[in-house]
Amino acid sequence: MTLNVVSEGGIGLDRATMNGTIRTRFSRLYHQRYWDTQSMSLAVCCRDLFKRYDAKKKKPVDALNGLNLEIEVGECFGLLGPNGAGKTTTVEILEGMLKQTSGEVEVLGRRWNGADDDQIRQRLGISLQETRLNEKLTVRETATLFRSFYRDGREPDEVIAMVALEEKADAWIGKLSGGQKQRLAVACALAGDPELLCLDEPTTGLDPQSRRELWDIIREQKSRSRTTLLTTHYMDEAQRLCDRVAVVDHGKVIALGSPSELIHQLGGEHIIEFALTGRDGDASGIDVSLFTELSGVSSARLEDDGYSLTVAEPHVALPALIARLDKDNLSLTRITTRHVSLEDVFVTLTGRHLAAEELDETL
Amino acid sequence: MKRYNPLTELFLYRMRTFYREPEAMFWTYGFPILLTLALGLAFRSKPPEVVAVDIVASANAADIKAKLLELDDILDIEINTQEDCTHRLRYGKTSIVIKTNDSGDSVEYQYDPTRPESALARAKIDDALQRAVGGRQDPIPVTDNEVTEPGARYIDFLVPGLLGMNLMGGGLWGCGFVLTDMRVKKLLKRLIATPMRKSHFLLSLIGGRLVFTIPELLALLGSGWLVFNVRIEGGIINIVLMALIGALSFTGIGLLVASRAEKIETISGLMNLVMLPMWLCSGVFFSYERFPESTLPFIKLLPLTQLNDALRSIILEGSTIFDQGVPILILAIWGVISFILAIKWFRWT
Repeated sequence: MTLNVVSEGGIGLDRATMNGTIRTRFSRLYHQRYWDTQSMSLAVCCRDLFKRYDAKKKKPVDALNGLNLEIEVGECFGLLGPNGAGKTTTVEILEGMLKQTSGEVEVLGRRWNGADDDQIRQRLGISLQETRLNEKLTVRETATLFRSFYRDGREPDEVIAMVALEEKADAWIGKLSGGQKQRLAVACALAGDPELLCLDEPTTGLDPQSRRELWDIIREQKSRSRTTLLTTHYMDEAQRLCDRVAVVDHGKVIALGSPSELIHQLGGEHIIEFALTGRDGDASGIDVSLFTELSGVSSARLEDDGYSLTVAEPHVALPALIARLDKDNLSLTRITTRHVSLEDVFVTLTGRHLAAEELDETL
Repeated sequence: MKRYNPLTELFLYRMRTFYREPEAMFWTYGFPILLTLALGLAFRSKPPEVVAVDIVASANAADIKAKLLELDDILDIEINTQEDCTHRLRYGKTSIVIKTNDSGDSVEYQYDPTRPESALARAKIDDALQRAVGGRQDPIPVTDNEVTEPGARYIDFLVPGLLGMNLMGGGLWGCGFVLTDMRVKKLLKRLIATPMRKSHFLLSLIGGRLVFTIPELLALLGSGWLVFNVRIEGGIINIVLMALIGALSFTGIGLLVASRAEKIETISGLMNLVMLPMWLCSGVFFSYERFPESTLPFIKLLPLTQLNDALRSIILEGSTIFDQGVPILILAIWGVISFILAIKWFRWT
């Protein structure tokens, strides 16, 4: 299985034999050729993107550190990563709303240079991480306003129906719930029947029903060979919707591939999570390396409240684990097994949980 | 054929967000009318003051009272004892006390000459007494021509000034504040991510402003006419055209002020900085001729000064738009330069 793993400054193609670490190889030659021949069928192509925010009196912040991205026409592509990883900066550069500090960007075969901007915008539909619309306008008035900006597009009532807001069509936006506003933002993104749909965290804060409706919209887009770029920090969402995902951390793509590829790179498709207690009630001193040697276990991690093993075949690894615990006079207080998720990929790649990262952000 | 016209939709957007905002409606239409009413009432033409006069009780006091009243009916005359008269004078209840001897051939006035109403009463009473009782004839015949007719009152001066002030406020608030507000609320950010033409957006703002000017104008002139009988000498079309030119000029200034402001506090401060000097100096509430001679050339360069002068000339003196070349030129210079700079410096996010 092949996997694109990115390290300092570029894309390398690597046969990954993942075991907690990533081995990467960088080939500029390969990359150059790829850029020249493939960019015609790419919806998005960016190379060596850097973005530095100069803050007054503070250290400048490097939001992007040489990010590379290629999104093919017709695919649903997910950008994953914790808050502050550079997802929104990337998306806003692609949307022509921010200027990169350096690097090249091509969207739908064109560059943001002033002359082509209108051409790109006509074919681009976006929903910002926080789309604000005028509270005193009704849903239909807003959809009509956005429709009027595009040469071709969908009828206002059609996009309203797509996000299931028909009943609210004549209500002021100020009277909508947060989830309804979010759906209207997506409706506005669809007004121009875009070839490339960029949705920045479209499902954050949505109820399960609305999330599923949004997934349908993205699937419909895909069925018409339209491209969707999605940022999210819901791993399950990426897993369900995306053909490929890029995991972004500290302004760089640290892993790229289909969700199943990324999951495979962990060396197993199952996770065994358990907690222990020793004979004298204390099991805190047990080294995690004890479990990496077990047959069938490809990696082991110490968690806050126990251990987590990545395994290819639980029916091999579980008996080995039990035998080992018996030998050391340790007993289980909890054990669960589950399928690997993209969350596990992220944790393996960065050593951090997405949720913990978000918590830091809010503190 | 295109069903959706972006300029129309943007214009409707601007109209809807305006008339659905009760506060904006009040400040644009309600407040100027209230201000006109309040100032008009405060400075309304009052009837002449009644002069309070006391006569010390004596044999011919009643006779003097009757003769004085016959001559001048704005006198309020009471006959009291000497003690009461002195008391009333001390407490300001009367302006002057008249004391005569029993034969009526000499008169004594008791009053405080430092009190204006007493000094006034002294002159008035003495004149009346000399004529009514003494039979004095005026050596030179005079006629009084009293000016309290509409057209020369304070309210007549005020209404065109308030109209000018309102056009200034409308341009700055209606464009400057609205734009900054949209920037702060990140409404602009979403709009510029679409293929919307920026010129369409600005045109819709300016167009909206011009449309809002008309009811504003009619409300102010109408309430002045209805309540205070403020006469409009010039043709209404001249007034409307002049008001639109003023509104355009101040819209340009409003755009300039709002071109970069990223906070509501910033725009409020900037707008006050721009408007306050003109409120004071441009002859809204009182004539700018009261300022020192040396400052007048600068005051006359202010757009509101020119707009007010032009509006007064049209409304009060019945001149036409063609007589307003200089004001129109100065307003145009302000508007065009502001607009160009605004476009150059404008920030959408």
